Amino acid sequence: MHSLDTSKESKEKARAAAAKKARFGEDIELAKYEHAAAELPYQEDLSVISGDAKSQMLQTGVVVDDTSQRSGTIIQMDHSVIHSITKQDDIEVMSTMKALEKYDWLAEYMWKAVAVDADKYTAHVELNPGNGYFIRALPGSKTVYPVQACLYIGKKNLAQSVHNIIIAEEGSELHIITGCTTAPREEPAMHLGVSEFYIKKGAKISFTMIHNWSPETEVRPRTGVIMEEGGIYLSNYIIMKPVKSLQANPIARCNGNNTITRFNSIVLCPPGSNMDLGSQVILNGAGSRTEIISRAITTGGNIVARGYIEGNAPDVKGHLECRGLILKGDGHIHAIPELKGNLAGIDLSHEAAVGKIAEEEVEYLMMRGLTRDEATATIVRGFLRVEIEGLPPELTAQIKQAVETAEKDLM
Amino acid sequence: MSDTTLEIKDLSVEVEGRQILHDINLTIKTGETHVLFGPNGNGKTTLLMTIMGSPKYRITKGNIILKGTDITNLPMDERARMGIGMSMQRPPVVRGVKTRDMVTACARGRESDDELNSIFLSTNLNELVDRDINYGFSGGEIKRSELAQLLAQKPDLVLLDEPESGVDLVNIALIGHLINQLLQKKHPIRERMRSGLIITHTGHILDYVDARTGYVMLAGTIICEGDPHEILKTIVKKGYEECRKCIA
Ligand SMILES: Nc1ncnc2c1ncn2[C@@H]1O[C@H](COP(=O)(O)OP(=O)(O)O)[C@@H](O)[C@H]1O
Ligand SMILES: [Mg+2]
Repeated sequence: MHSLDTSKESKEKARAAAAKKARFGEDIELAKYEHAAAELPYQEDLSVISGDAKSQMLQTGVVVDDTSQRSGTIIQMDHSVIHSITKQDDIEVMSTMKALEKYDWLAEYMWKAVAVDADKYTAHVELNPGNGYFIRALPGSKTVYPVQACLYIGKKNLAQSVHNIIIAEEGSELHIITGCTTAPREEPAMHLGVSEFYIKKGAKISFTMIHNWSPETEVRPRTGVIMEEGGIYLSNYIIMKPVKSLQANPIARCNGNNTITRFNSIVLCPPGSNMDLGSQVILNGAGSRTEIISRAITTGGNIVARGYIEGNAPDVKGHLECRGLILKGDGHIHAIPELKGNLAGIDLSHEAAVGKIAEEEVEYLMMRGLTRDEATATIVRGFLRVEIEGLPPELTAQIKQAVETAEKDLM
Repeated sequence: MSDTTLEIKDLSVEVEGRQILHDINLTIKTGETHVLFGPNGNGKTTLLMTIMGSPKYRITKGNIILKGTDITNLPMDERARMGIGMSMQRPPVVRGVKTRDMVTACARGRESDDELNSIFLSTNLNELVDRDINYGFSGGEIKRSELAQLLAQKPDLVLLDEPESGVDLVNIALIGHLINQLLQKKHPIRERMRSGLIITHTGHILDYVDARTGYVMLAGTIICEGDPHEILKTIVKKGYEECRKCIA
């Protein structure tokens, strides 16, 4: 009955942290939201999903009409997992609740990569569980196509509370695309999402997340990654649409030797949006490497772009590249790159730049016959182009499409 | 159709409130190539950037006429589309914009992929096509990339700002060959549609590219006009000091 003890302990810690403000981001009053949602029926056949919802999902890379290019699909609306399916015997996809019923050992994975008492939002997820997804790649397995996971808020004023657990067992390779979105209405809602990743020896996870919220949504994702020897974690995060308030600062603990971690984020912040986004990598295993690359554009909203790399083991290497572009409007970009080295023989560096488009560059392109608008568009496209390695072509195309759609709106 | 590609009349130019060019007059007939000599800091780049239409260079007097049309007040991109192309002395880096994208943009859809690839081949740029434009490029790579862009753009008036500076001896022959290709030098002059104005600080480019007329610019004024080889010989032998005597 070990798992019950751990769960009791978590609840106690959560209660103690229920009012604990987060380190970053404006404080959100959770009481103004509703926390319960009606149970929605399970759908074998996804064609019942409304056209509106489908189109919102599609913008986050989640396809429901033709899932032939997906190894598995899980869709949660409000607090109900309405569909979950896997096409491979060696990949498990189900709701977190179901997984906890199925596997006693899973309790051991809860709140190990993210602290339950980190802040009031993690505490809330423990005290008001609203499901989430469980994705596990069995030892040595390899996904042919990505697994897609969708978290959708349909109910007005709901604080959606989810706890996701993703496990890549030894030697496996798992690609995931996650879309987080709401009904296409400007109504208040909140998303609290805890995601815990466990990457075992020699395993690889690529995690592509596209956010498509409404201008009234407040969002507090809480993500932790624990990596064993030789593990690889590639995260691609894209937000191109308005959100009222978003604060996230995922942390990867590279405990094994020779791990590779890469965080890419592409952020477009329209007027009225507040985004405080960072990535943290703790290099505890010798020979581990990381790269944090972020591109942030404001057209009027406010962005804080954080990055933190800590080197605690010999021969680790980390680079942080944070570039911000103030395209128009009176929003600000605050880049905060941080490096901490705790011993000799480590190699950490960073590069940060915030500014507007250089007139000299616009002129260079105009000199070649491009109009001012064409020149600006070309430079913005170049700015948003992040070299993404290690992804299946399907996902690379998905990211490109999400970025290009936004570019069109931008000009 | 005008047989004069470029005509500059009494042109005076200011940069950041300071007058740099004084009463420049210059005519380039269609098919001709002219060269502009002069020590550093005397206004050569200013003249080319003004012809190109860079907004920093403010025309206070005079006119620029391209193929019979007064372009004095036209913006740079329109001039480019009307047929002016320029190779910059020090072009900027544009992060995320690849060399291939630049050359493709210059072609404005007129060139097939095969033609673009043959440009990359002839300018020896294959290893640079997927790199950010000008990022970490050597002097020679910058010049070859600039020429590749012009080969795709196919301008009637080619402005080259020190195309040989920073280029090693092996590459200078290639640069010369590319300029000749750009200026249609293998055609007899009456069939050539392209004209050129080349700034050269050292004159080395004249070993590879024929030019009809040379000018010396000192303190923002053209002080002499004549056979480019003769001018170069004088400069090499006696330096620009000899030129200064002409205005004394
Ligand atoms: N963009 C600029 N801003 C300020 N001064 C300039 C600029 N361009 C040229 N100048 C000034 O104009 C003069 C001529 O410069 P330039 O045309 O570059 O000469 P050259 O090409 O003959 O070396 C110099 O004194 C230079 O400092
Ligand atoms: Mg110059």
